[in-house]
Amino acid sequence: MQLSTKHLLGIKDLLPSDISLILSTAQQFKEVLQRPIKKVPSLRDVTIVNLFYENSTRTRISFELAEKRLSADTINFAASSSSAKKGETLLDTVHNILSMKVDMVVMRHSASGAPHFLSQHLPNTAIVNAGDGINEHPTQALLDAFSIVEKTGSLEGRKVLLIGDIMHSRVALSNMYLLKKMGAEVMLSGPPTLIPKYVQQAFDVQVEYNLKKALKWCDVANVLRIQLERQNQVLFSSLREYNLAYGVTRKLLNEVNKEILIMHPGPINRGVEIDSDVADSNQSVILKQVENGVAVRMAVLYLLSGKKELSH
Amino acid sequence: MQILLSTEQLHLTIKRLSLQLIENQADMADVVFVGIQPRGVQIGNRIMEAIAASTGGNSPQYGLLDITFYRDDIREELHEAKETTITQSIEGKKVILIDDVLYTGRTIRAALDALQDFGRPQKVELCVLVNRRFNRELPIQPDYYGIAIDTKPNQKVKVEWDREEVVIY
Repeated sequence: MQLSTKHLLGIKDLLPSDISLILSTAQQFKEVLQRPIKKVPSLRDVTIVNLFYENSTRTRISFELAEKRLSADTINFAASSSSAKKGETLLDTVHNILSMKVDMVVMRHSASGAPHFLSQHLPNTAIVNAGDGINEHPTQALLDAFSIVEKTGSLEGRKVLLIGDIMHSRVALSNMYLLKKMGAEVMLSGPPTLIPKYVQQAFDVQVEYNLKKALKWCDVANVLRIQLERQNQVLFSSLREYNLAYGVTRKLLNEVNKEILIMHPGPINRGVEIDSDVADSNQSVILKQVENGVAVRMAVLYLLSGKKELSH
Repeated sequence: MQILLSTEQLHLTIKRLSLQLIENQADMADVVFVGIQPRGVQIGNRIMEAIAASTGGNSPQYGLLDITFYRDDIREELHEAKETTITQSIEGKKVILIDDVLYTGRTIRAALDALQDFGRPQKVELCVLVNRRFNRELPIQPDYYGIAIDTKPNQKVKVEWDREEVVIY
């Protein structure tokens, strides 16, 4: 029983059986997290470095908690306070860290493909992608899937709507790979300027520019963050106009009048892509997603650590 | 292949174990039975049924424990994690672990570690269906057992629940 891959670079590389294994293992870790002592000794012999070349609250804390709950030793590295500022290359930084006997690397980087580059140079170290540029954010898609299964029972045949900035969203890309692999139906909605032209053919997904129609279709709506830091060009006229056309509001949900599960990967821009009375409602599982994130990341780290050779 | 316990003998053995377990408890309310995943579940369920039948339908406190994350051979092979259903506190309680075959003792070692994370039991005992003597790798012995046998390490002992037999091959 093991994953078909040594690293978790993206959902793209996973088999449906890998995804099922991660989700079922996460289910057991979720139970561990309810115990009086929320810790297991599985990774006592493993040291993990968290390399964060890009800011993060949820993902970094979630990974660190997951590592600690597995009894791994952890080192945290934030690029902003490191020698990367002095001009050290990514590969040099990582080689230096690994020479201190580190077994796994969790990395977030603003450059798409950075973890893939590392994996080519470090074949014996397990690398976990915690988000690379506008490419993938695999653990987010896995925790989204876990949350959908937890609330609705399965992914097969589930109608999932991704709303917003599909173009710049690594969450959207990882979700599309995962949902399609697991037999869910996917629809995209958002301003035409934020939905890539060939995505429909590439992923066999539907596109619906009218949000109300899209909401009527779906069982689950995953509301993506408008990524202000990745908007180099003006792709929509203003945040207020975005909210009017694509913001998920109470009024809109009342008009649709359907039990839709509302998800958001965070951080939320309240009043832009989602209104507070939706984000904080009973329909929303946004904080459940965060809770599930720890269990899912424990499963990923546990399953990847199993591949390690004893003598190194 | 040789049959160690026939269906009839298996039923009698489970009955005897359940009576021994009842006999030894001052107060069933202070006892939590824990079946070890995956193979302790069947025998655990059977013993619980037998105890309930002998005590006028009172089901004792019973949960399942998965020890996958506590194994000492994780770096050699990963095993599939199964569900754990210990919902009640075991703090100050008497815990009786149940498994089908006691062999090297490593599963029980892991189970003792895992139990710690649910509280500090007053006492822990072990009940197994088959006690494979002379193959222990750790200093662990059962408090209750159905049958004790002498085996070689290359032999396999299995409880066939669909045929309700214990076999060795």
